[in-house]
Amino acid sequence: MTPLSSYLLLSAFLFCIGLAGALSRRSAILVLIGIEIMLNAANLNFIAFWRFGPAPSAITGVMFTIFSIAVAAAEAAVGLSIILAVYRRARTTDLESREATRS
Amino acid sequence: MTLVFLLLAAITILGFGAAMSLRNPVHCVVGLTLGLLGLAALYLQLGAQFVGLTQVLVYVGAVAILIIFAIMMTRSSESAEDQTYSHSWRAGVVLALAVFAVLGWAVHFGSTSIPAQNVMPELPVQTIGDALLHRFVLPLEIIAVLLTAALIGAGVLALQDPVPETRGPR
Repeated sequence: MTPLSSYLLLSAFLFCIGLAGALSRRSAILVLIGIEIMLNAANLNFIAFWRFGPAPSAITGVMFTIFSIAVAAAEAAVGLSIILAVYRRARTTDLESREATRS
Repeated sequence: MTLVFLLLAAITILGFGAAMSLRNPVHCVVGLTLGLLGLAALYLQLGAQFVGLTQVLVYVGAVAILIIFAIMMTRSSESAEDQTYSHSWRAGVVLALAVFAVLGWAVHFGSTSIPAQNVMPELPVQTIGDALLHRFVLPLEIIAVLLTAALIGAGVLALQDPVPETRGPR
């Protein structure tokens, strides 16, 4: 097994951990954590392709990862503030309660 | 595959798996932090020092603390233990396993045509700074606007008063 494919397999597995968590947790905060895990798995893919790709002197993979981290941080901040706004109206972060989906 | 890679992969999978399966949300964030640190070590092992340090700074330093604060502020809603997982969690796990099967199949049968590069690429921080201010200056400005918009939007959303008829007794 080449090193690249082992990194890609690890990245795919981490993505699926995040996907399973985001689809099966009830708390909105933990769904957000699952989305963050999926974004991190994609970042690992970028770095692995940059490291083992044919032209590592073009640092596009690293640049993509840096911008992706910035976008993920912004997404976490906005997502958590949306969750707080919903909590102030519905007094719950449970995604399956009727109050949270109605507000 | 070296021993270092296997160790770091085990730490990362353990951390993220704990983050997605434990019941107490604070324990989940601790698991998330462990997984993020493992990923940062993987970035360092791959030769991307700046990205690894940025990962520690942004994710472990900011995002994990932000999630901890959100959990603290919504603490009273933590309900009974049988409400941790959704009713359709089996469908979610099956779907994730199917996605992993497809991705694993694609990785196993698709990446053999790429010649593996075995020299560790050099990446000084000065190169990243030059690229950010010359070739990637437009994405940098767009990211700056996006972060400003996210800052203002998060503040506006979090400061909004709830509508009066649903305001509960404090």
